[in-house]
Order: sequence, then structure tokens, then C-alpha cells
Amino acid sequence: MKAAIVVFPGSNRERDAVAALEAVSGTKPHLVWHRDTELPKVDLIVVPGGFSYGDYLRSGAMAAHSPIMREVKARADQGVRVLGVCNGFQIITEAGLLPGALMRNGDLKFVCRVQHLRVENTDSPFTKKYAKGQIVRFPVAHGDGNYWTDAETVKRLDGEGQVAFRYVGDDARTDPRGNPNGSVSDIAGIFNAKRTVLGLMPHPEDAVEALHGNTDGKPMFEGLVEALS
Amino acid sequence: MSAEATRAQERPVTAELAKEFGLSAEEYQNALDILGRTPTFTEMGIISVMWSEHCSYKSSKVWLKTLPTTGPQVICGPGENAGVVDIGDGDAVIFKMESHNHPSYIEPYQGAATGVGGILRDVFTMGARPIANMNALRFGSPDHPKTRHLVSGVVAGIGGYGNCVGVPTVGGETNFHPAYNGNILVNAMTVGVAKTDRIFYSAAAGIGNPVVYVGSKTGRDGIHGATMASAEFTEDSEEKRPTVQVGDPFTEKLLIEACLELMETDAIVAIQDMGAAGLTSSSVEMAGKGGLGIELTLDSLPMREEAMTPYEIMLSESQERMLIILKPGREEVAKAIFDKWELDFAVIGHLTDTGNLVIKMYGETWCDMPIAPVSNAAPEYNRPWEPTPKASDVDDSVFDGYSESLGDTLTKLFGCPDLASKRWIWEQYDSLVGGDTRFMSGQADAAVVRVPGQTKAVAITTDCTPRYCLADPVEGGRQAVAEAWRNLSAVGALPLAITDNMNFGNPEKPRIMGQFVGAVQGIGEACKALDFPVVSGNVSLYNETNGEAILPTPAIGGVGIMPDAMIAAGIAFRNEGDVILAVGETKGHIGQSIFLREILGREEGAPPPVDLAVERRNGDFVRGLIHEGLVVSSHDAADGGLIVTIAEMALAGGIGAYLTGFDGQHVRTLFGEDQGRYVLAVRPDAVAAVQEKAKAAGVPVSVLGETRGTALSGRGGDIVSLKRLREANEGWLPAYMSAEL
Repeated sequence: MKAAIVVFPGSNRERDAVAALEAVSGTKPHLVWHRDTELPKVDLIVVPGGFSYGDYLRSGAMAAHSPIMREVKARADQGVRVLGVCNGFQIITEAGLLPGALMRNGDLKFVCRVQHLRVENTDSPFTKKYAKGQIVRFPVAHGDGNYWTDAETVKRLDGEGQVAFRYVGDDARTDPRGNPNGSVSDIAGIFNAKRTVLGLMPHPEDAVEALHGNTDGKPMFEGLVEALS
Repeated sequence: MSAEATRAQERPVTAELAKEFGLSAEEYQNALDILGRTPTFTEMGIISVMWSEHCSYKSSKVWLKTLPTTGPQVICGPGENAGVVDIGDGDAVIFKMESHNHPSYIEPYQGAATGVGGILRDVFTMGARPIANMNALRFGSPDHPKTRHLVSGVVAGIGGYGNCVGVPTVGGETNFHPAYNGNILVNAMTVGVAKTDRIFYSAAAGIGNPVVYVGSKTGRDGIHGATMASAEFTEDSEEKRPTVQVGDPFTEKLLIEACLELMETDAIVAIQDMGAAGLTSSSVEMAGKGGLGIELTLDSLPMREEAMTPYEIMLSESQERMLIILKPGREEVAKAIFDKWELDFAVIGHLTDTGNLVIKMYGETWCDMPIAPVSNAAPEYNRPWEPTPKASDVDDSVFDGYSESLGDTLTKLFGCPDLASKRWIWEQYDSLVGGDTRFMSGQADAAVVRVPGQTKAVAITTDCTPRYCLADPVEGGRQAVAEAWRNLSAVGALPLAITDNMNFGNPEKPRIMGQFVGAVQGIGEACKALDFPVVSGNVSLYNETNGEAILPTPAIGGVGIMPDAMIAAGIAFRNEGDVILAVGETKGHIGQSIFLREILGREEGAPPPVDLAVERRNGDFVRGLIHEGLVVSSHDAADGGLIVTIAEMALAGGIGAYLTGFDGQHVRTLFGEDQGRYVLAVRPDAVAAVQEKAKAAGVPVSVLGETRGTALSGRGGDIVSLKRLREANEGWLPAYMSAEL
């Protein structure tokens, strides 16, 4: 599997994504600078977390209009898989690859913690290595993760299998809390209609080795390698 | 703007103006003598910030010189932007802690944010990629009307800056005490890693070499910030808001990447960030260290505002700016990198052989004075000081009338502001970015962060117990260092060196100066005994409002190294049936304890004494056990004593403890804060080996009980459920922060 990671001024989790992809695929992903207008030929494009352009306008809004994003959209239309994590989710949503919007967290505070999620759909290269309904733990670290779309769209997303992950509470001993940001219908991540694009707020790339405390993010990258190699 | 318009804004330089700028009459006379004439307005501004307490360390230097600063591991001690320590394999760790107290009280969000930004620059200036941030915060009484606002703003500011630049904030400490009502403390620490052969220093070299300005544009923010930080607060301190700078973490992130990219070339001779006193201190220090002169022409300097005067430019503390001396002919290489990162880049001058600082603008010269005489003449005082009277220890009569159940006492302690969970704070910090965080706040006695791309890890802690320091500054200074050393040992790290952030009141008062002198003495003794030298530091004095001083707070940032992040021990109990051991001797020292203050309502007595030889023996023993894989969980016994330590381990792991080791013991045994102690959980089949090694090392080890169930319990049944403790512990801060003002 060949992968490219798009780097904007202010991206800060590209190194985490490089480490996760390299550990699982054995190949170093390409880093593509935002001013580049061409992408190498790849099977997967990752838009990483961070604060692109400082997020001084609206999270992801500036980056969505960066020249490289036209190319990302074109590739996505051709079926190249796109993974947007955290700020990357905000950027690809602002760019129109996914429906809805991401707003300030409900309590207006940045939140960083390990969060329990439920895998809602496994019919995608991103989620094929999980079991439907499986509870996984990924860290979250964001201030603007409050996903919103109207009730009708939520219904459609559910009906079409486009909800990838939901925040859930858990009776685990240490941290039973659910939805960390007020997202509608506890949505943590969604697919596009073809399930070739995934955007999610939590960080699977920070849950891939023992040092991270759990490796629940690893199957996502393993699934991608399996599907795209 | 023109020379004429500039002159129209200047004021006559007189003794009056010098006083307004914070100089004493003698200091002003000294300036006249050195120059042999009246300084220009611009020169007066420059001299006043160079000689401010904040920049000159005039009250503290004579004592700081007594601290041990060397060791085989030390590559660079105090005097540079940050300390540099060897961690093997050609790698170095670079770190420093710095205060941003005065600005954070006036404008908590920006004050704290720019504190983080400043300390990050001190570290990456030397060639290090920052891998972790820490912070030590002290706030006033929770009942004080400003406290909630200050906590909220400071935490948001630290998070807002650190989260954006992508450096994980992995730990720290937070205390509340009425002595900080008028002066909060915001001490921020950054740790970075570099290659030992790629470390960058600030001494300028090469006559004619270009002086380059990079980063944000200069505005009028923060003018005389260093002067503000060198005086007491009064009722009108709110009016100093304009002296607080505004941070731009996005630019800082770009600046980190651009500087590190430039450092991979051979273009740099010297580099320094513009921190306190901005362009003045960076240009004077760089040229001064190189024994050279420097000539700056400010017309081409990137400015954010119109019609700025040379005085304003030289004193501005606008953030995210660096000064670089380049090798000749490397301007284009450097400019291309800063263009890529969309940052300002301007050649603003060159080095000279005159030894003078020359400032030109609008076709005229505004400053032309010798650097060395002015720098060397920075005042150095041996201020009068009084030793702090020794407190006598408390006797058993303090326990008269105490009859509360152990469960109720523990519940109260776990909900008191100093022991309550600070989750509300640390969850606002991105502690994981970078993917190298092994342990962060609440998981271990020290944060553990892997060196990127390697197996080895750096352990980091910040420590100080101000109530001990008030009662006995010498013992408090020793304890702060010993606790940092202990916290590093408790995770399995070999302690390497410290950074000290000395926060005190007005040094012109002999009582306060005595606290400072005592703390330095204690710190020095502990550093020597533990081979734990001071490699960087910062002094913040005049933390007083209307004559009321803060508790003496010498915050210690300690750094250690371990060969493998995965051998680190956390505090959480991990299995049922592990045996709980106490390492070290318990005498039951109750003076200045949390129990005495929170349960019996008395802040009195002497603090627990630190036996540095015992400290070292016990710490080496525990670290050895961790390296041999004999320890499941490890926690130093600090605030609250043994029983609180065990309960914290239980809460962290969600597994209770069945306690037998306290049967028939006095409350002093449970809550005494004797030093040099650890609580360990080990597998039952490892107990014999641990006891044998303890005997050989001469370390007292006793069995306290075993991990079991979902409560703290004993032969008499449940003492308190973890659920009840957790509610008290996790409940206080969120409830406090969400309460109506």
C-alpha cells in the first residue's frame, strides 16, 4: 500500500500518522506539502490532525481551500481512499467530501482523553478488521469535535451505513464517560456514500503499540494494507 | 515617521525618568558615569531593562552562584537559553522551566500562553525538538473571587498554545493557598531532544556577519514587561494589562519547523530567541558573549504597527521572534527556508569590532553605547537577609478530640483542593501528540516520554511543597529537590539534572531574602548529595501584592533517563493479589502535613526532615527493583502519607487494597509525611526476592497488605469504597469550576 500524508502549516500529528502507517505497512508514506499541486500515485491519502493555519478562521476552513485539496478531491472522486483524522476530518468536511459540520465542543473546552467507541459498520477497508458493535478505545484530542448535521441526514447516514464510529460510555473501571463533545447522535466518525472516505475525530494512529496503552487503532491500518496492497 | 517625529515622542532623560523605568538613584548615577554623558531616551530604556531584576538577577546572582551546576552528564549549565544534558548515544536532552507569573495574573489566558511560547523558544533555540511540556501552577484560595477566573484562563492559555504547537503537555502540579490570592504562579517547563553535535549557542562571532530577524512582526506589546515583572503589585496593577504580550502559537509552530530546518544546514553562527526585553536582551547578550559590537538598522525590521520609535522596537516583547547570526553569504539559503514557512525574514544589521551597541533608524543614530561596561555594571546586590526561625515540631496534643472514622477522613482529604484530581485541568491539554507519551499526569510519579524514533525515554517531574518552604526554607529546598529525584526514581528513571524556578516575594525585605537564601542552601545541599546538578533556571521575585508575599516556592523541574520506556512503573494497581510494600522508614512526622492542615485545621510545625543519604539509598533500591522487573506499581509516599498513597494507587487502577500493616498503629503512621519513602505493589512470588535485596541494601521494607476488591479494607471490614473516594476526588474541581461566580 502506498500512502501520502498531506501536511499543512500547523499540522502536528503527521509524525504520528507516519509512524502508524510505517509500522503496519512497512513502507514510509510520502509527505506532501500543502503548496504542492500534484499528489504522487497512492492508494491512500491521509489528512492528519493539528491546527492548520492556526484554525484561526473556522477549523479546517482555510486548509479546505488549499491548492492540494482540489487534487485530494479529484483523487477521492476516482475512488482513492481518504482518511481524515481530527483536523483532517474538519478539513475534508469543509472541503465537501463528507456531509455535516464540526463545531466547538459542547462545553467549549479542549478535551484529551482515551475514549470508548463502538464500531458501527465494518463494510469498508478502514473497519473490515473490526467486528460490528465492537468497543474500541482511541484517544481524542480536540476543541472542535462537535459533529452536527440535521436529523434527516443522521437518519440517512444510519440507513446507508455511513456512520463508522459512535462515542459510547463504558462500564470499564477507569473512565465510563461517553460523548466528549456533544456530537449529534454520538457520531465520532462517518464515511462518504461509497465508504471510500472516512473522517473521524478520535486518533487511531495514537493507539497502535503497547506504549500507547492499547492497540485498538492498529486493525484500521491493517485493514487498509490488506485491502489496498 | 521621521527622526523629528520620533524625537517629539521622547522624554527628557532625568533621574525622575530613570526612577519611572525602575532604576534606583545609584543605578542611574552609575549609568551616567559609564557613558560619561546623559543617556539618550532609547539608551535609558535599554539600560533600564538590562538592569531590571528580571534580566540582571541582581538580587539572586550572588546566591545562585553557590549551586552545583556541573557533572559528567552536563553538556551546558546555566547561562545559555536552556540546560543541556547528555543522555547517551549522541543524544542530549535540553530543558528549562520559566515563570510567567505577573502577566498571568493580569491577563491569565495570554500570560500563560506566552509563558509556554517563551519556554518552547528557549529550548528549540538550542537545536532541540521539543518533546514535552510541563507546568507548575499555584493559585489563591478557592474562595477568593478571582481564583476561578484565573484557573480557567491559565489552563485555557496553556492548552491553547501547547495544543496548537503540537508538543504534548504531559504533567505538572497545581496547588491552592490564600498566600497566592494576589500573585498566582505560572511556571512552564519544556523538554527537548537534540544531537550532541548539533547544539546551538548564543555567542556571536565573526565581524561583519549578518544579523537576521525572523518570525512575527514587532508591535508595541509588552514594552517594559521585564520592568513590570521586577516590582510588587499594587491596587492599580490591572492598568498594566498593555504590558502583557499576545501569543500566536501557529506562528510558533512554523518557527519551530523553520528553525529546525535551518539548523540542518551549516548557515547558523549563533541564535537566540527574543524573550524578556526582546531585541535588547537578544542583541546585547549575543554580542556581549562574543565580545563584539553590533549595529542594527531598524528601518527594515518587520513591524506590525506604524510609526514605531527605536525605543519601542528595542523594548517590545512581541512574541515568536528570533535573532540569528548567519555565516556570510548564507542569507539566501536561510531566506528560502523562512519563505517556505511564510515567516518574516530580514537582515537588520551586522557584527562589529567596536564593542558598541549601535541603533540606527530614520537616518540617525539613537543609541551608541559600549556593551561590556553596561552589561558588567548590571547591579549585583548582597541584600540583607534574616534566617527563618526554626519551627518546633507538633506534639500529640494536636490529635485531642480527633475521632473521625478513617473512611470519612480519607474522603475529606481526597476532595480537598490540593489532593483533588486535576483531571479537569489536564484533559484540556493534548498529552499524546507525537505518539511517544508512555505516562502522563495521574498515571505515574513522573511523566515518561519516549525519545522519538528510539526505545529510551525521558522522565520528567515538577515538584515543590511551598508549605514546607515557608516553615523552613532550607529543609523545604532540600525536600523539593529530593522529591523530584524520588519521583524520577519511582518510575525507574536515573535522575540526571534539574531546572529551578525560584518564586519569592520582595527581596528588599530581609525576611523574604532569608527565605530565598535558605531555599538556595537547601537546594544546593540536595543537588550535591544526589548528583543532581542545576543546569538552568529562572528567578521571579516581587511576587507580592500590597505587601503580602507568596509562600516561598522554589519549583524544581527534574529530568531523568531510562533505557526503555516500557520498563517504567506507573502508580496504578494492576492485579488482584499483589503484595503492597512500604519502602523506607515511617516515623510519623505530622508537622506541616496535609492531614494536619485539612483535618485538624492547623498549618504548623516543622516540615519533615530529609536525610539525603537515606533518600539516595532508598531511591537507588527502588529503581534497581524496577529495572529487574520486580515491581508492578510504584508511587512515592508524599502529600497525605502512606494511606493516601495507597488509596491513590487503588483509584488509578480501580483495584482496592486489604490492609494489615497498619493494625494498632497511631494516625501518625497513616498520615505522617516522612521523606524518602515509596509504596510498591509486587507479585506475591517476587516478595521474597525484594525482601532479600532490601536486607542486603539496608533498606527497611514492610508489608502493608495486598491488592483486593473495590474498597480499602482491613480486618475490621471496609474502610471506604473506591467509589466514594473517586466521587470526592473527581468531583471537587469540576464542581468548583462550574459553580456560579
